Amino acid sequence: MTATSQTAREALLAAAKERILITDGAFGTEIQNYKLSEADYAGALTLGHDQKGNNDILALTRPEVPEAIHRAYFAAGADIAETNTFSANRISQADYGAQGLVREINLASAQLARRVADEFTAQDGRRRFVAGAIGPTNKTLSLSPDVNDPGYREVDWDTLVDVYREQGEALVEGGADFILVETVFDTLNAKAAIMAVREVERALGHEVPIMLSMTLTDLSGRNLSGHTVEAFWHAVRHARPLTIGLNCSFGATQLRPHVKVLSEIADTLIMIYPNAGLPNELGEYDEMPATTAGLVHEWAAAGQVNILGGCCGSTPAHIAAMARAVAGLTPRAVAVPPVVTRLAGLEPFTLAA
Amino acid sequence: MQMIEVQSPTSSGARFVNIGERTNVTGSAAFKKLILKGDYPAAVEVARQQVENGAQIIDVNMDEGLLDSVHAMATFLKLIAAEPDIARVPVMIDSSKWEVIEAGLKCVSGKPIVNSISMKEGVEPFLAHARKCMDYGAAAVVMAFDETGQADTAARKIEICERAYALLTGIGFPPEDIVFDPNIFAIATGMEEHDRYALDFLEALKVLRVTCPHAHFSGGLSNLSFSFRGNEPVRRAMHSIFLYHAIPAGLDMAIVNAGQLDIYDAIDPVLREACEDVILARRDDATERLIALAESFRGTDAKTEKEAEEWRGWDVSRRLEHALVKGIDMYVVEDTEEARAALSAAGRRPIEVIEGPLMDGMNTVGDLFGSGKMFLPQVVKSARVMKKAVAHLIPFIEAEKLPGARAKGRIIMATVKGDVHDIGKNIVGVVLQCNGYEVIDLGVMVPWSKILEVAKEQDVDIIGLSGLITPSLDEMVTVAEEMQRAGFTIPLLIGGATTSKVHTALRIDPAYEGPVIHVLDASRAVGVASQLLSDTQRDGFVASTAADYEHVREVRAGKQASILLSLEDARSNGFAADMREKAPAPAQPGVHVFPEWDLADLAEVIDWTPFFRAWELAGTYPAILQDEVVGESARGLYADARAMLDRIVGEKWLTAKGVVGFWPCARDGDDVTLHLDDERNVRIPFLRQQIRKSRDRANYCLADFIDPAGDWLGGFAVSIHGLEPHLARFQAAHDDYNDILLKALADRFAEAFAERLHAHVRTTLWGYAAGEQLTNEALIKEQYRGIRPAPGYPACPDHSLKPILFDLLGAEANAGIVLTESQAMLPTAAVSGFYFAHPESSYFGVARIGRDQLEDYAARRAMPLDEATRWLRPNLD
Repeated sequence: MTATSQTAREALLAAAKERILITDGAFGTEIQNYKLSEADYAGALTLGHDQKGNNDILALTRPEVPEAIHRAYFAAGADIAETNTFSANRISQADYGAQGLVREINLASAQLARRVADEFTAQDGRRRFVAGAIGPTNKTLSLSPDVNDPGYREVDWDTLVDVYREQGEALVEGGADFILVETVFDTLNAKAAIMAVREVERALGHEVPIMLSMTLTDLSGRNLSGHTVEAFWHAVRHARPLTIGLNCSFGATQLRPHVKVLSEIADTLIMIYPNAGLPNELGEYDEMPATTAGLVHEWAAAGQVNILGGCCGSTPAHIAAMARAVAGLTPRAVAVPPVVTRLAGLEPFTLAA
Repeated sequence: MQMIEVQSPTSSGARFVNIGERTNVTGSAAFKKLILKGDYPAAVEVARQQVENGAQIIDVNMDEGLLDSVHAMATFLKLIAAEPDIARVPVMIDSSKWEVIEAGLKCVSGKPIVNSISMKEGVEPFLAHARKCMDYGAAAVVMAFDETGQADTAARKIEICERAYALLTGIGFPPEDIVFDPNIFAIATGMEEHDRYALDFLEALKVLRVTCPHAHFSGGLSNLSFSFRGNEPVRRAMHSIFLYHAIPAGLDMAIVNAGQLDIYDAIDPVLREACEDVILARRDDATERLIALAESFRGTDAKTEKEAEEWRGWDVSRRLEHALVKGIDMYVVEDTEEARAALSAAGRRPIEVIEGPLMDGMNTVGDLFGSGKMFLPQVVKSARVMKKAVAHLIPFIEAEKLPGARAKGRIIMATVKGDVHDIGKNIVGVVLQCNGYEVIDLGVMVPWSKILEVAKEQDVDIIGLSGLITPSLDEMVTVAEEMQRAGFTIPLLIGGATTSKVHTALRIDPAYEGPVIHVLDASRAVGVASQLLSDTQRDGFVASTAADYEHVREVRAGKQASILLSLEDARSNGFAADMREKAPAPAQPGVHVFPEWDLADLAEVIDWTPFFRAWELAGTYPAILQDEVVGESARGLYADARAMLDRIVGEKWLTAKGVVGFWPCARDGDDVTLHLDDERNVRIPFLRQQIRKSRDRANYCLADFIDPAGDWLGGFAVSIHGLEPHLARFQAAHDDYNDILLKALADRFAEAFAERLHAHVRTTLWGYAAGEQLTNEALIKEQYRGIRPAPGYPACPDHSLKPILFDLLGAEANAGIVLTESQAMLPTAAVSGFYFAHPESSYFGVARIGRDQLEDYAARRAMPLDEATRWLRPNLD
C-alpha cells in the first residue's frame, strides 16, 4: 500500500473531485497480440484441459503478460488497473478444469496489478488504484436457460454468493482496493456479488468498496435480466457503491442516452468504459482511438462522468487518447437526488417519502 | 371523487400505492387452490391480471400449512421473473416466516419490499432481519408489534413505531425504506373496546408521519370489515370510506383489491354515513345502526368477484371466435349455450351456432393456418374448442329432429388393415374438421370391407387412407382395387410416412379409376379436399393430378433403372469387416427382461426433434424453440408436452417394458445362424445391397458384420403401455390435442427407451464399451459403437423377420408386444431390432434388389415366392 493515511475510497473520491479519472482498457485484445500458444497458457500446470483462451490463468503461467499490459495502461494515463480476473471464478474456470486454482489466480492477479500500480505511484506520487474485477460468470440467477421451463435456474443464489466470495476474498487479500462487479447482465447476479462482498467485509472487519458496472444488451437500455438503467440503480443502491456505471454493451455512441440518465440519478461517482465502437463484420473493433476519445469527451464536457476507460477492443492508445481528451475538464458533480423510496421491478418505482 | 389515485409506476412520487393482493394464499381462496394443486401457470396468470388491472406492487404470500412455503415462494417468484409484463413491477415478499422471506429475497432481481419484520421476538432478531434487508437491498414493512404484543391503541402504535424507527435509522437503515403497518383491526364487532380501532389508526398516522420522516404507512384493509364478511357491498363501502380518511392522514400504501373499491361519492349516502360513524367512532350506537342497515345492502353486489378478462366482455359471437382462434376451451360450453339460447329465443335453430359463429371462427383458423400464421399444435387446440362446442349442441340438434346441416364434405379417415399408427391420420382429421369437413374416423387396422361399407352407408365424399409401415402400401392398393370393383368413383386420398407420390402414381392410381391423390402432409389436406369437392375446381385438379402421375409413370418407365449387380457379384463385393476387432462375448448372455424401466430416466434422453416433426413443425430441437417462424408455436407445444411429461412420470401414467437377448451365432453367407442350444439353431437371413457401387464401396449386408468363425448377435424389443385410459379420457373430453400429444410422447418414450437400453447393453449387459460416456446430443447423433437395425427399416427391410426376433426374445410375454398381420407392433409405441456390436457395423439401405436375390431370399426364408414378393415389394422393381 502507498504511504498515505487516506483509505482508497477517500483517496479516489478526493481525486475524482479534482479531475476526470481514467481506468484502463481491454485485456483480451491486448493478450491476443502476444499470440500465445496453448503451452504458454498452460505453463507447468497439468489441468488436463486446453488452457488456450484462459486469459486469467496467465497470472500463474505467464505473469509478465498481464503485468506488461497493466504497465502499458498506466503509462497511457490510467489511474485504475482492473485485475485480469473477469473469468477467474469457480464456474467459468471449470470450463478449463482450473476451478481449483481460483484463489491462486485472483491472488496472483491482484498482487501483480498492485505491484505495477505501486511502482507507478512511487514514480510520480499520484496514487494508482487496483480494482479487483469480478465478472458475472456464465450462469444467470434470474433467467432460465430453458425457455420452456421458466422456473428453472442453472445456479442458485447461495452457490453464486460462495463463488463470488471466494474470488473477492482472494482479490482483496492480493491487494485490490475495490471490488469491481462488472458487465452485469443479470441484476440478481450483481446483488449476489454485493452480498458476497458484504461477507468478505465482515470476515475482514473493514470496508471493501464496491464498484458496479452494468452492461446493456439492447438499445432501449436494458440488461439481459430486463432492468432499465434506473431500475438497476434502484436494485443495487444498497451496496452504497463507490462508482456506478456502464461498460461493454455497445460503443460510446449507443450508450450516450443511458449515461445521461444514470448521471442524473446516481448519488455516487459515474464510471463508464464502453467498447471501442461496435464490432465490424469480422467481429473486430476498428474504432480509432481519436474517435472513441471524441465520443467520451462529449460526456465529460457535459459533466456526466467521473471515470472513463475502455472495454472490448480498446487499447492503451485509446486510453491515452481519452486521457488527453478529458484532461483539464471539470468532473461531474455527484447528484443530490431527493429522498424518495426507490423500488424496482424491471422498471423503477418511486414513492415520494 | 376518485378514491384511489393510481399513478404510473414510473412517475416519480406516486402518492398512494395500490398493492395487489390476489397472489396471496391467505387472502385469495382461488390463488390458494391453484398453488395447492401446483398449477403455477394459472397462478402466474393471476399475477398478470393484477398488474394489468393496475397493481403497482404485487404482494406474494405462500403462508399455508399444507404448503412447502419456502419452495412455493421461490418457485412462484422465479416464474414471474420470466414474465416481463409482471416482473416490471416490484414485489412485496409477504410471510410471517423469515426463512420464506429470505428464500424470496434470493429470487427477486429488483428491489422488493419485505412484509414484514417486527420486534415481536425482540430487538435483536428485528435488527438482524433489518440488516439482511439492507444486504439484499429491500425495503421493509415494519409491523407495530413488540415483545408485549400488537399495538392496538393510538399511543401504543406511536410508541412502537417510533422506537422501531430509531432502532432502524440507528443501524443505517434508510428511513425511506421503512413502511409501517400500524395494524388495522376489525371494527363494529359488538365489543366496545374495538370501536376505536379505526380511529386510533388514523390518529397514530397523523403523529407518526411527522415524527418518522420519510417513512411510509400501509395496512391490510380486509381486517377492518371482518364482521361483515359475506356482505360485499358493506365491506366495500367501509374500505372505501376508510381510505378516504386514511390517505389524507398519511396512509400511502394498502393491500387492496382495486376492483373492490367504490367511489366515495357514489356510495349510498345512508350507508356512507353509517360506515363513517363506525370508522370515526362518532356515535355509541354506530355499530348497531350499521348492522341493522347492512342487511338491506346484502346481495346488491352486481359485480362478480372475478373481473372478467377483457374478451369475456365481448359479444358472444366474437367470444366464440376468439376462443377458437386462441384455442381457449374454458368458457366454450357456456358461450355456445349462450349463443344457442339467443338464437332459440329468436326462433332460430341450434345448428346456426355451428353455421354462424363457430364456422366463422374456424374459417379464421383455417385462413391463418393456410397462410402460415398458425401452426398445427394451435390448430389442434382450436379443434378441441370446436369439438366441445359441437358436442354441446348435438343433443339440441338431434332433439330438433332436423337433418344436420351438410358440412363442406364428409370424409372417411382410416389407418389400413395391419397398421396401427394413427397420429398422422388424427392430425389430418382434425385439420379437416377445423376447416368445416365432417370426418368419420374409422380408427386403425380397418379392413377394406369396413371402409367401403361405411362409405356407402354414410354417403361420404372422400376416403382418406393412412399407414406408416411398408406393408400398408400394399393394403392401400387392395383398398383401391376393391373400390374399383365396387364401382366407387369418389376420390381416394393417400397419406402417411411410407407413402409417396411415386408409389401412389405407380401402384395405387392405376388400380382405381376415380381420383387418387397423395397428400404430403396435413397442411395440404384442406387444399386437396376443397378442390376435390369444388364444382368449379374439381375437374381441373383431378385432371392435372392424373397428368402428373402419368408423367411420374412415364419417367419411371423410361428411366434407366440403376444397374444391379448379380447377387453373386454383389456378394463378392461384400464388406470385409476386420474380425480381429469384433466385440467380446456378452458379459451377461441370455435374455434380460425389464418389466418397468424408470420413466424419469427415459424422459431425460428424449430426442425432441422427431416430436416436433410429428406436429409438422420443421426444425431441430432446441433451435426450433427460437425459430422465427414456428418458434412460438413450438414453445407452446413444448411447454404442453413438458407439462404432460411431468404428469406421465409423476403419476406413472405409462409403463416402459423391454426385453434384450444375446445369442451365440456365426455368419453363414448372407444368413446369421443362431446357436441356441445343442438342439436348436435359428437362421436369420439378411438382404444385400445389389445396386452397383461407385469406386471401392462395398455392397453391404448385415451378415457382413458377423464373424463366420463364431460371434454374437443381440436383439431387443421395447414398448410403452398404459395409454388407453388416458386416451379414453381425452376422447371423452373431445380433446384431440392431448390425445395426439400423449401418443406422440409415448412414441418418444419408446425411442428413448431403445436408445437408453442400447447404451445399457453397450456398457453393461454386453459390455463391449464399458467406458463409454456420451452426451444426449452424441447419443442422438448415434456416435457410438454398434448398431440396432430394425426389421422393416432400410438395412433389413423385411418386416416378417419380426416374428423370429420376437420368438427369440419372448417379446409378447416379456414386453407385452403383439404383432398384427402386417407385422406392426402393438402397443404402437414400440421399437424392436437386432444388435450388431462390431465396431465397423453401420447403417445402410438395402434399396432395390434383383429377382435373383428375391428367389434366393425366399428359399433361405423357406417362404413361398409370392409371399416374399409381398414383403419385399418396396425393394423390388
